[in-house]
Amino acid sequence: MKKQFTALAVGALTAATALLLAGCAPGTSGTGSDTSKVTASKTVESGKYTLTVWDQNNTGDIDTAQKKLNAEFEKKYPNITIKRNSQSFSDLKTTLKLALSGNNPPDVVQANQGYPDMGAFVSGGMLAPLDDYSSLYGWAHYFPSNLLALNTFSSDGKHWQTGNLYGVSNTGEFVGVYYNKKILSSLGVDAPKTLDDLTADLAKAKAAGVEPMAYGDLEKVRGIQLYGVVQAATAGAKAVQDLVAGKAGAWTDTANVDAAATIQSWAQKGYLPADANGVSQDAAVADFGKGKAAFIIDGTWDMSTIGSALGQSNAGMVALTPAGASAPVTQGGEGLAWAMTSKSAHPNAAAAYIDFISGRDSAQTMIDANSLPTVLPAGHTSQAGTLNASVYDQYASLTAGKSIVPYLDYSTPTFYTTLTAAMQDLTAQKTTPQQFTQTLQADYSGFVSGNK
Amino acid sequence: MAQTLIATATDAPRTRARRRWQPAAYLYVAPSVLVLAAFIVVPLLQTFQYSFYDWNGIGASTWAGLKNYAAVFTDVHLRDAFLHVSVLLLFYAAIPVILGLGLTIVLSHANRLRGVGFFRTVLFLPQVIASVVVGTIWVSIYAPHGLLNQALGMVGLGDLSRAWLGDYTFALIAIGFIGTWVNTGLCLVLFLGGVQNIEPSVFEAARIDGAGPLREFFGVTLPALRGQLAIALTLTVTATLKSFDIVYITTQGGPGTSTTVPAFEAFNRAFNTGQVGSAAAVAIALTVLIMVISWLITRLQPKETA
Repeated sequence: MKKQFTALAVGALTAATALLLAGCAPGTSGTGSDTSKVTASKTVESGKYTLTVWDQNNTGDIDTAQKKLNAEFEKKYPNITIKRNSQSFSDLKTTLKLALSGNNPPDVVQANQGYPDMGAFVSGGMLAPLDDYSSLYGWAHYFPSNLLALNTFSSDGKHWQTGNLYGVSNTGEFVGVYYNKKILSSLGVDAPKTLDDLTADLAKAKAAGVEPMAYGDLEKVRGIQLYGVVQAATAGAKAVQDLVAGKAGAWTDTANVDAAATIQSWAQKGYLPADANGVSQDAAVADFGKGKAAFIIDGTWDMSTIGSALGQSNAGMVALTPAGASAPVTQGGEGLAWAMTSKSAHPNAAAAYIDFISGRDSAQTMIDANSLPTVLPAGHTSQAGTLNASVYDQYASLTAGKSIVPYLDYSTPTFYTTLTAAMQDLTAQKTTPQQFTQTLQADYSGFVSGNK
Repeated sequence: MAQTLIATATDAPRTRARRRWQPAAYLYVAPSVLVLAAFIVVPLLQTFQYSFYDWNGIGASTWAGLKNYAAVFTDVHLRDAFLHVSVLLLFYAAIPVILGLGLTIVLSHANRLRGVGFFRTVLFLPQVIASVVVGTIWVSIYAPHGLLNQALGMVGLGDLSRAWLGDYTFALIAIGFIGTWVNTGLCLVLFLGGVQNIEPSVFEAARIDGAGPLREFFGVTLPALRGQLAIALTLTVTATLKSFDIVYITTQGGPGTSTTVPAFEAFNRAFNTGQVGSAAAVAIALTVLIMVISWLITRLQPKETA
């Protein structure tokens, strides 16, 4: 009896497997977009309905700001109810794909830029192009063109920063060098302007027995920002932009090797903590906030944390200027793009929502939430000598000069994993700068040649 | 139970009658079979199917044949992941079982030790803490200025202190030790239960025959614990092979790729890097490995309880 049963079970399994294998392959081509049937209009669809929105603004000030904007939107359009699903960045990154491939995806989602996320969604036909809405709402005039470009893709999802617009962002972001003013004045140096300045300042701090730079890479995240800031200074804006977009250049180019060599020599000379790979990023930020280190390379998302820990008047932030250039260049861009799904039943309402939360009216709400809006309101001023003022000033000149270079993990779907592991190897002196860039190039060339 | 056995032995025709088609019986098992099918069997078959494709999880997929399986052996990252998990087996399964046995001997002989229950509870506690909490606790213990380095400094071994989870040599061992800490209590409780089932007269007989504590352990205790040993090994080995949480919380596979494990690779490939086919192949390979090892372990079990 037992044997019979086993035979039966094996038979059933084999049959089921054969059926599955013979059946259609997983993920057979995406469905055409339903929203294309609707004529774009600023008038939202009539009747009572719900807009489902997935965002990542689930903590602190930005969560409050999001709730406030949603309530205001519902007041403006009483027939629309917002159903919000808010998750952390990493949770959103892992669940959004599944939600989008279902039959009832959300109407509006926050999608990360670049090939791994937005590119994949576009290639699956999951996002609706927003170009018609862009002209209706005047997004092309409001948002800086280089930031809009980060949210564009060719309609097959293979070419980035060209083609259709798939979203707009309501926060700006950049990574810079935060410095402790007290420590710098005790060392007798000014805030660095170039990479050479920074290296010289790090050496002075080390000689004076002060921890030169706080850096924690236990979670395999911060390597992207450390390399990005240094590479922006050695390679300049155009080279990095073209490289990440897959347009030109190679990771093994001299400027990129130089950036790796600079970081490795910082680690060798003890400018970076020897145990950086075992220090959590929060611990590193906390150390800097307690005044233990002269510098930290960090993004504007930590501006309120650092400002309150170190004091607004004791902290400053600067983006480095490449040798021979006249304006600073640094890594950054914008928050996740607010995008519309192609299966949304109410595209006009979804577009109205996207405009409402990212357009002109939302900027002051973002500032009140200690965040950096994509576009600073005209005539915005903040108290001179504060950290906030230095961040807003830098951002204004970075966007004016179009000199923000994208996050490097946008390069290929696997680049985040490749680069973060390689950065740990580089700072731990496990690889040479040449080997480091070869590892990146191996990942990159496979993907770029597949997309040609 | 004994009565049923007798009944079946003496009353064969009735037994056969009982095995007749009884539709109601299927209703009883239906709920669990349906749940099992929906959440285990169908996903397993789907995963098996995905493993033969190149698929980013969204767009169209292309047939890949056995390429994803070949990569399990040829891709150096995947090979390393399986290598790392075999090191972890030592710390998650072998050492806890040995420690558990040692502690069992001590605790079962410690009639005069007050508060045995207390020690047992303390040693079992790590088992009931959520693994995310365990991971977070150990991240702070292993931090450069964490508890472990402070303790080393206090006893004059400050030279040994390091960022344990950021050290290429020690990160995997550090993660392994977390497993030892978690699993030892489980083994201990299982073994103590087993020892209590041994007839005291057997120990007495052994002692009268002149067996020392060692002889007694290998002659009486260990053979009697075969069933518990098999259970402890099955639980700890399976837990090791599918372990993902501790690595995810502590190192994300770093520094470099020195602490990656297959389950982490499967997760990362499926949800982050858009390599669903490869992730599925890793998951299937892992499933087969777990089944084979579990089967080998069940052969340890004494026949009468198997």
